[in-house]
Amino acid sequence: MSAIFRFELNGRPAEVSAEPMARVLDVLRRDLGLTGSKEGCGEGECGACTVMVNGAAVCACLVPVFQVEGARTTTIEGLAPSGELTELQRVFAIEGGAQCGACTPGMIMTIRALLDRHPKPTRDQVREHVSGTLCRCTGYERIFRAVEVLTGQREAEGAPAKVHGK
Amino acid sequence: MGNLKAVGQSILRPDGFAKVTGAARYVDDLPEEECFHGAAVRSPHPSALIRAIDSSGVKDAEVRVLTARDVGPRNSVHLIQDDWPVLADTRVNHVGEPVALVVAPTLARAQAAVRLVVVTYETEKAVLSLDDALAGDPRTGGGLNLLAKCDIAHGDVDSGFAGADVIIEGQYETGHQEHAYIEPHGIVARPSFDPGGRFSGVDVVGSLQCPYYVHKALTYLFDLPDDAVRVRQSVTGGGFGGKEDYPDMIAAHAALLARASGRTVKIIYDRHEDIICTTKRHPSRVRHRTGVKRDGTLVAMDIDVLLDGGAYVTLSPVVLSRAALHAAGAYSCPNVRIRGRALATNTAPNGAFRGFGAPQSLFAIERQMDKVAAALGLDPFTLRERNAYREGDQTPTGQVLKESVSARAVLQRAQDATGFKARFAANAGARRAAKDDGKPRRGIGLSLFWHGSGFTGNGERRMMSKGALRLRGDLKIDVLSSSTDFGQGTEGIFRQIVADACGVALGDVVVHTPDTAAVPNSGPTVASRTVMVVGGLLGRAGAKLRAELCDFAASRLGLDRGSVELRDGVFSSKSPKEATAPFSVIASAYVTAHGPLVTEAQFEPTPDSTFDEATYRGDAYAAYGWGANVVEIEVDPDTFQTRITKLTTVSDVGHVVHPVMCAGQVEGGTLQALAWGYLEEIQMKNGHYLNDRLQTYLIPTMADAPDMETILLENPTVHGPFGAKGVGELPMDGGAPALLQAIENATGISLAAIPATPERLFKAARTGKS
Repeated sequence: MSAIFRFELNGRPAEVSAEPMARVLDVLRRDLGLTGSKEGCGEGECGACTVMVNGAAVCACLVPVFQVEGARTTTIEGLAPSGELTELQRVFAIEGGAQCGACTPGMIMTIRALLDRHPKPTRDQVREHVSGTLCRCTGYERIFRAVEVLTGQREAEGAPAKVHGK
Repeated sequence: MGNLKAVGQSILRPDGFAKVTGAARYVDDLPEEECFHGAAVRSPHPSALIRAIDSSGVKDAEVRVLTARDVGPRNSVHLIQDDWPVLADTRVNHVGEPVALVVAPTLARAQAAVRLVVVTYETEKAVLSLDDALAGDPRTGGGLNLLAKCDIAHGDVDSGFAGADVIIEGQYETGHQEHAYIEPHGIVARPSFDPGGRFSGVDVVGSLQCPYYVHKALTYLFDLPDDAVRVRQSVTGGGFGGKEDYPDMIAAHAALLARASGRTVKIIYDRHEDIICTTKRHPSRVRHRTGVKRDGTLVAMDIDVLLDGGAYVTLSPVVLSRAALHAAGAYSCPNVRIRGRALATNTAPNGAFRGFGAPQSLFAIERQMDKVAAALGLDPFTLRERNAYREGDQTPTGQVLKESVSARAVLQRAQDATGFKARFAANAGARRAAKDDGKPRRGIGLSLFWHGSGFTGNGERRMMSKGALRLRGDLKIDVLSSSTDFGQGTEGIFRQIVADACGVALGDVVVHTPDTAAVPNSGPTVASRTVMVVGGLLGRAGAKLRAELCDFAASRLGLDRGSVELRDGVFSSKSPKEATAPFSVIASAYVTAHGPLVTEAQFEPTPDSTFDEATYRGDAYAAYGWGANVVEIEVDPDTFQTRITKLTTVSDVGHVVHPVMCAGQVEGGTLQALAWGYLEEIQMKNGHYLNDRLQTYLIPTMADAPDMETILLENPTVHGPFGAKGVGELPMDGGAPALLQAIENATGISLAAIPATPERLFKAARTGKS
């Protein structure tokens, strides 16, 4: 039986008709057309579908839609709604945090949730908080470094401004 | 190289912002047109005859079920040999092999129909391991079921052993490895029909590495002309070799269903399906017999390389070839014999995985070198340094290493950066003095390795790849190649190479996602060949475009031919008179006068270079990358849990085009290698994978990732653009053996097989066997 669910999505009210047990991931991707959140495993192991619900990073493949009724929900598309990138996104791209990009939306949402709690995390804090989101490309080093550049703990290595030519 | 502006800079990757905003469209994100969904009925048996397929239980009128009978006469994935059926016909050879296909308006209805198709099997004895395969295969009447072989001989091995002071033997084993790209496989196929309603072609888009492989597979399958099949790549979420050949199979399925239903058909694998039926890294068993002088000088090597190819030939001949060619490691030895064999089993076909056989054979030689060093009382560094290749040395195929040889340089740099020798000795001392106090034991391990860039042997000569550039009306330069970016950063790197080759700004260059209707065949995106081989073609096409425009500028400006140069987007001449003109003005005048300017380059073999495939003599690769890894670990003496604390890599991949992305390749590849060494393990029972999901097949998380120091030595080659060599696979080669040496340094346990799980270490500690 479908029902109507209302919640806040990326700063705006959203309303969707869905089965109560429909996965938030399917509601986002199929019903609302927000395909930024990815399905990598469908069982909460890879974290590619990570979104924030009331400020906490959760796997959208594990949460039924009835549980977000009335909640404040943020997806990768909602981080920079005006089109201006957040510093986290900008530094992440420049410092090599993204390769294939399939984990990137979930990775960035997981890190966002961490930074909200720990604005200047140590590498071990990053390890602990972000280890639920898998990346197969980077070996994680450039993701650590992106967070460290962002939080003023390391010099930038990427050099887009110098040579980008636009 | 003083004029490089873009090459050598860590520019923002062109797809970077789309990826961090979620705007990048992967195959499952493409705007949904009206499409049907495909699914497969798969074999539950590793070896069985198909007696009957009954789909009468499927009552859904909109569902179609296809079997081998619907495929037509060319029922195979057209790769090296035509033995790999698109749909199994009379028998199945592995669990997960597709037997029937279903198409339905929704995925749920397709999956429901799959459960209603009843297949009757008569099971047969299955060959499930290399031991089974060596005992004989029922499919070949009990003989060896050989998928591929190769033999390499150099010098006189028997007299080499006769002159040896010490002879050491060893046997080394590695297991399956799953690619575990974060985006599973997916393909969408749209059929076309002629006015008479006959199937006339198909347009395919998907997550794939090699658009022209898929193109070849589909034109063969349907016996269609080249222009009736169009293959495009969507943004691809990782490949590592896993999306080299298998997209041919999925595209064949989607296209068959599209032909049958008349609809666009989408097939997206979930993780479970992806793991059970796609290719894996070949398991290996490598035997070494090594003769050395007392001082550690190698005098003879006898090496036997055995690979488990899985159920069908697929890419095994080329994987085996690369495994054998790398089997003697980065070491000079006058007398070498290498025998390579790939045997069939009843498991999913093993295929391409980053390194392509070389990680398996390099694991073995590196562990063997540790064994030799221990027997001679030498430390791992000293034995390697004594034998590492120098310029002018000959490889086992008789190839003379003429240039860009960095074996000793990377080794020395690794020693300098880590103080390896002293710390190896200190850890060994601490181990001998250790009390049973439960405190973690420290270890450090070193490896040295090499990796040939580009196709093996005559592969490039046979492929004769093309790359092209097109200066178009809006004055952008299009890069036309079939090289795919599935994370490596190819789009940005090609822009850098082309901008510098042409003498224009990065912003003047546009790289397109490969589309077989629009780009020439520059070969598949495999074998560490993208930068060196295809980048080299684009560099040459760029030089042609630059020369053509300079000639045009000269005539336009009333100057002598040859007096004008294009640099930093400006045409200029010093003599006979000083003149300048911006790129845009001359380019615009050119296009107005002549239309778009297209320049093309095709692979040209090095004139004095040959390789004989019958005898395995000659130049196996145009250039080699070189690497040394130092791995630092702690092992819990009670639980045998290994924690990697620090990784130092030294890599020579020639002139570095993009330092941040190059480092990213090294770091990501090395963590995959380390994980293969201690974490990742496919467990099988009766031909079924027991860990067929990410909850049970473990890949490294951030908690497993060590701090990394990534050192790039730049020893340029004449064979790549601006001196660049390949980087993709080299990082996979040295992690596992360095890790096992570190574990031995920490615990005294010498393992000859990976992964070094706590269970394996515990067992070895109890039994004293490796």
